[in-house]
This record gives sequence, C-alpha cells and structure tokens, in this order.
Amino acid sequence: MTGPRRFLFVTGVITLCAWILVPIYLIALGSFGGRPAVFKWPKDWLPWNASLDAMLLFLRIEGVWNAAINSVIAAGLTMIFSILLGAPAGYALARFDFRGANAFRLLVLLTRAFPLAILALPLTVIFIKLGLYDTPFGVSLVHTALALPFAALVTASLFVGIPRELEEAAWVFGCTRWQAFTKVVLPLALPGVAAAAIFAFVISWNEVFAASVLTVRERTLTAYLLTVLSESPLHYRFAGGFILIVPSVLFIFAVRKYLFAMWGVSSK
Amino acid sequence: MTQSRWLPYALIAPAMVFLGIFFIVPLVQTIMLSFQGGSGFGLENYSKMVGDLNFGLAIKNTFLLVLTVIPLQVGLALAMGMMLQKMTAGRDVVLWIWTIPLGVSDLAAGLVWLALLQNTGYINSMLFAMGLIEGPTPWLNSETPVTLFVAVVLAEVWRATAIVLVILVGGLQLIPKEFGEAAEIFGAKPWTRFTRITLPLLKPSLQSALILRTVLAFEVFAVVYALGGRNFPVLVGEAYVWQRENQNYGVAAAYAVLVMIISLAATIFWLRALRTKPEAQA
Amino acid sequence: MAGIVIDRIAKSFGAVSALKEVSLEIADGEFVALLGPSGCGKTTLLRIMAGLETRSSGRVLIGGRDVSDLKPYERGLAMVFQNYAVFPHMTVYDNVGFGLTMQKKPKDVIDRQVKKAAALLHIEPYLERYPAKLSGGQRQRVAVARALAVEPAVLLMDEPLSNLDALLRLEMRAELKSVLREAGTTTVYVTHDQTEAMGLADRIAVMHGGKIVQIAPPTEVYSRPASMFVGGFVGSPPMNFIPVEARAGSVALGGQTLAAPRASGALTLGFRGEDVTLAPPGEAMPFTVRVAEPMGSHLLLTGRIGDAVVRVVAPPASIVKAGETVGLRLDPDRIVFMDAATGAATDLAA
Repeated sequence: MTGPRRFLFVTGVITLCAWILVPIYLIALGSFGGRPAVFKWPKDWLPWNASLDAMLLFLRIEGVWNAAINSVIAAGLTMIFSILLGAPAGYALARFDFRGANAFRLLVLLTRAFPLAILALPLTVIFIKLGLYDTPFGVSLVHTALALPFAALVTASLFVGIPRELEEAAWVFGCTRWQAFTKVVLPLALPGVAAAAIFAFVISWNEVFAASVLTVRERTLTAYLLTVLSESPLHYRFAGGFILIVPSVLFIFAVRKYLFAMWGVSSK
Repeated sequence: MTQSRWLPYALIAPAMVFLGIFFIVPLVQTIMLSFQGGSGFGLENYSKMVGDLNFGLAIKNTFLLVLTVIPLQVGLALAMGMMLQKMTAGRDVVLWIWTIPLGVSDLAAGLVWLALLQNTGYINSMLFAMGLIEGPTPWLNSETPVTLFVAVVLAEVWRATAIVLVILVGGLQLIPKEFGEAAEIFGAKPWTRFTRITLPLLKPSLQSALILRTVLAFEVFAVVYALGGRNFPVLVGEAYVWQRENQNYGVAAAYAVLVMIISLAATIFWLRALRTKPEAQA
Repeated sequence: MAGIVIDRIAKSFGAVSALKEVSLEIADGEFVALLGPSGCGKTTLLRIMAGLETRSSGRVLIGGRDVSDLKPYERGLAMVFQNYAVFPHMTVYDNVGFGLTMQKKPKDVIDRQVKKAAALLHIEPYLERYPAKLSGGQRQRVAVARALAVEPAVLLMDEPLSNLDALLRLEMRAELKSVLREAGTTTVYVTHDQTEAMGLADRIAVMHGGKIVQIAPPTEVYSRPASMFVGGFVGSPPMNFIPVEARAGSVALGGQTLAAPRASGALTLGFRGEDVTLAPPGEAMPFTVRVAEPMGSHLLLTGRIGDAVVRVVAPPASIVKAGETVGLRLDPDRIVFMDAATGAATDLAA
C-alpha cells in the first residue's frame, strides 16, 4: 500500500480501536468519578477527579457485595459443570465413530437455534419445589445448559487437534486407555480446556434473563443491577456496569489464543 | 484400541441427560404453559399477549432492531476482517481490542452507552463543545423514540460485532491465499476478488455467524432496559415484565414460544438462503 | 525375541473387505516388509497386529502366544508411527523412557536403557530438549529410540520414513538397517516405497486388494514377480510386459526364439528394462524410441514394441535418439511369462 491509501487504512484501524476502547474508558471515568462527575457539565475527559471512594461506596451498598459473590459462585459452578459434562462428550465426538454421534451433534447445535435463557421461565415452578429457586446453584444449572453445548463442541475440536497417533503410541508402549488419556491427551488439551472453562464462566457471569427470573433475594450481579436499574442513581449504575466489564475483559485477554479454536467450530 | 462399543455412549450420557432435563423438558413445559390459562387449555394467553398495548410495539421494535443491527454488524465485521487480513504489525493487539466486547454482557453494554448518552453524558458534552446543542439534552426518553432506537443500535453494534468478527476471521483463515493470488494473476481487481472469491468461500462462516447473531438479537432485552427502561418495548422484555411484575407465567410463556418460533424460522431461513452445495465446499 | 504368526486374519469395514484371510509367518529376528499401494490393507494388518484395530476373524500369535484379544498394552511390542507420535509435552529423555516407565522399571535401568538407545540413534545431545525443538529427522530418531529402548520382542513400523525428505530418508534407511540388525528384533515394516522394502527387508510381502500376492526375498520379488501386478509395482522403471503368442513350445521374437511354458496360446512376456542389450534393428525385436532421458548413470528409453509401452535402461554412453528404431535382445534367463488372462506367473517347467 502506498501513501494516501495507507493513511486511510491506518486511520480506519485506529478509529475502530477507539470505537471499542473509548466507551469503556468513559464508563470507567463515570464510575470512579462518583456523583459529581455524573452531573458535571460539560464533562472532564481526563480522570482529574477520579478516586476509589466512589467505587468503594458502591460496593458497600447493601446487596451489591452479596450479588457479586453469588455471581462468582454461579459462574464457578457453571464452569465446573459444563467442563465435567461437556469434555467427555467432546472426547467421544472427537475420537469415536458411533451410531447416534450425529444425532447428538444435532441436539447440541439445536440448542443454538433456541433462546435458551427464556427456558428458565417454567423452571421456576420446579425449582421452588426442589428448593433450588433463589440459589446460585439453581442459576448455575440453567447457565450450564447454555454453556455445555459450547464446551462440548470446543473440547471436541481440541481433542481432534491432538493426533490420534499420540494416544495409540501411549497404548502400544503400555498405557491403558485411561492412563493414555491422563498422561498424553489431558496435558496437551489442558490450556484449551481451561480457555473453554473461562468462557463458560463469562457466559454465566454475563447472563441476565435466567438469573433475574430464578432469583429474588440471592441475586447475581446482573440480576441485581437489572432490578435496581430504575431506582438507582446513575453513578451507581456506571460502577455496576464497570464491575461487570472488568473480569470479562481480563478473561478474554487470557483466552485470546483460543478464540478461533472456539468459534471456528461453529462453522462445522 | 479395540473399540469398546459402550464407551462413547457412557461419555455422552451425562451431557445428554443434562440437556434432556434443562433443554428438552423446559422447552416442552414452556409450550404447555403457554396454552394453560385460567379457563383451562387454550389460546387464552396468546389472545392476552396480542391484545396487550405493548405487543405490536414490541414486535415492531424487535424486528426493526434485528433488521438494522445485523446488516451493520456483518458489514462492519467483514470490513474489520479484511483489514486484519492486510495487517502485519500489531495484528494481535488490534484483534484483541476488537474482540474485547465478546466478554461484555448486554446489560453492561447498555450501561456503557448510558454513560455516553445520558443528559449530561459525554456525547452531549462533545456536541456542546462543538456548538451543536445549548445544554444537557435528553435522548433516551419516550419523547425521543428515534434517538433511543439509535442508541440501542449503537450499543448492540458496539457489543456484538465482535462475535461475528471472530467467526468470520476464523473462516477467512481457512481460505488459502492461493485462490486470491490466482484470481489476481488472471486480472481480478480487489473488489472483484472480494465478491467473487472471498465472499462465496466465506459462506459457511457467514451462515453460522448469522444464525448465532440473529437468534441472540431476537433475545435482545437488557441493553434496551439499561438505556430506556420500558420506553422501548421488545419481545423478551415483555416476557420478563409479565413474569416479574404481573406474575403471569402463561403470557410470559406465550412470549417465549413466540420468540422461539421466530428464532427457529430465522435459523431455517439462513440455512436455506446460504446453503452451500456439498460438492462446492472448500 | 519372538516370531509372529498371522493366521487367516480378515477385516471388513461394513460391506468393504479390507483384508481377506491373510496368513503370514514371520521367524524370530526376521525383518519382513509389507509392501503395496495405498488401500491394499498393509497398514490395517499392522494395526491389527498392534491391537489398534479389531479383526473380523483369524488369530495373531506372538512368540507362540495368542494375543488376538489382548489390548495393545498387554501385547509387549513396540511401534514406530508414520508421523513419529513423539509426545510433545515430554523431553526426549522422557519420550525414550516412556515404555520403560510404564513397565515400572527401576530408575537406573531406565537410565541405562535410554542412554543406550540414544547412543544407538545418535540423539544423546538432545535428551533434555523438547520435540518441538527438533527437526523431522531427529524426531524420527527419537521415535525409533523409544521403540528400541523397551527391547521389544516385536517391532512394528508404519511408513516410518515417508515424512522425511529424500536425502534424509536414504541416510535413515541405512542406519535403521544397521541398528536393527544389531538389535536382532523381529520387525514388521509397512511401506509403499519399494526401494525401502528392497533395501531393508529379509523378505517382502507384497499386498494387493487385501491379500498377500507374493512373499519372498527382495531379489526374488524383483526378478521373479508372482504376477503382473508385482512386476509392475516393484522396481523402477517397472517391469515391461508385451503380449506374445506361443507356438510349438516356444516364442519367436524378431530373431530371438525363447522357450515358452506352454505349447501354444496367448502369453504375456515380462522383462526388466536393464535385462536387454541394444542391437541393430532387424537383428532383434524392433523398439521404437519415443523419448530418451539421460539419467546420468544410465539412459532411460521409453518407446513401443507393437502396442505395448516399454521402458529400457541403456548404458549412459549409448547414442539413441527419439524417433529411432533399435533392436532389443532379451536375456533369456531373466524373463518371466505370465498367463495372459489371469496375469499370474506361469512356471517354465509346468
């Protein structure tokens, strides 16, 4: 590329980066600036008045801390369940040719064509009976239904990427199937499985509808923010939004190498 | 190894059972629930739903949003993907920045844009500095439906273009460079190469991106709530209100079934519209 | 050390039969190559021996023990894979010692064996490295060392050299031969490369369509192929075949009379490109040269005898040009006759 075209190209790339980054920067300003920053007119564009106080104030509101803990519990459980259930299924899809494999694959893909979170509606009734209503555990079950198909497909693509020959070599040199899996397949798949787990965490952490429907007092952070949205002052809303964003952004950074392994499979 | 016939079934069984309990059962229940009214089995919930003041508005708003947001996202993601193809230095950093919204929830995205668009927000400050407005101006209330709509579109494009981008970049990486180079040697200009080589080969990725995005776009709800509260009714939002505030699970379920039918129809539409012949696959 | 008996092994994938009751006996310490084109069933047979593939029927005996129903790890053998299958998350040392570790051998035994195998394959300098830092040839050495370190009764090799470049392949071939002779391990070696099979094996089992069509020492497979398929598959250039007619127990070919295995009828005469001498046209079988390729060590001539395409190896200094017709005189001791209908070799005595 030459002169003016190159300039145009670079400008385009920088503009698009700003398009993503500037709004995040501004909500950070809004959430650390507290009440005065929200109503300041016109606004400061640099963090002159930012302090931790505003954020700490927000965290001390009754319910916020509890909601954050609930979110972490629900997301942690979702992560564990979806990997424990999804990874074996992924291994089966990757390594075995079995009758019904395609039917299972179809079921997994079918979940994508449905707005899964909405299915939490009828579950409230059963959950109340079973004592699962208004618990992070109950929320995590529904979130696992969201993350599990994803985990199965992602781990399947990870396992496909590990040559079968490596496993066969382990068998020939004296490993049982289980030993070969733990000594050869698992160490090689682990980073990818961890990435899939993190993604399951993010799916749960971000989910709003099911979490709102299935909880009253033991809110997750998203559910809490949604319910207090209309009555809480703006700077609290911004602080909440910012707290929601931070872990997700860090996680995406941690799994950036695996983004394509994960979403590439969706075209299969 | 001697293929144990039962092993794969044992491996998928837990996932199968789980999806059975938390996908198939609630699916059936939602449908049942939507037909159960105070006077027994019937269409009562549906007539209540259709008769509601917000219903027509919710349908209109949801479709308008989907039809505006999806083309914008696909166009933007394609442009970003092609830019990444051309990039050498800094590609990883740019890609990371562009995929950050992948981890941002719709609620958070709504709050981000609320920070920008509220009366004394940053966009107004900018417009004020440029002399375009005279003071704090509201954009997001029921008297400004057009700007509220634009705000939702902005937030949705900001948040959910990343997923389309990742799927498309994944697809672009699968297309061998030689195809484009061959076309170039035979005299195809960049635009021709894009429309005649890249786009057709990208069809499977486009298809899955569109299916995923369309289904999620019909679920849009938290962004709208964060920005405009109930000033801008959408389908899933109405389901939430009926369940939450009116405590009427039947009508909520009717909304859920409606959203499901629309999602399924959209999926089938994309499957047909962007079908690749098996023999023409790369 | 142990011999192997393959007893009527059959394998079918659905309706497709990949192996048709193959039987083969391999003596203790013998090196047998399974040679054939892709899809002939050679790899399937090897994998059945290893226990990586199920059989439909038949038995596999190793050292007299029926291992047919044993898992791979119970069979006590070693294998070298086509793509090396060197574990990327282990050092070379751990890779080579893997089999011994699985056998729960004491540390000092493992150490001794690993060092010995590493010395044999000249990979001592890399023992602490990870495979990602090694070249293809070095990884191949690690794979072989890993197999030899367990001092297996039987060593199975699946196209182990096919991923190496030509020069490296030549070098590894010679080295494999010397290392394996020293170890005296019973070896089954799958390859589609006939020069590899010829160079390495004590006996070659040529496979075609799920069957062993000939099993014999390399020289015999080369000069006395059991069928037109073997003659055409083994050797470069492949054996030439021309249709001939037997009359009164002999075949007349432009000035040459050769004894035929049958009194009369159609036959196919096979001869190697190097088993001919050029003669003036008219005095011998007329051969019309279409292309002459100087290969350095020899001159490769491609042309026709009648309708049959024939390739002939002439001395490098021969002066033959494309378009010319020359005479070919066959070495009567080096020709084979095949049945024109079945393509199977017919014995001169019969």
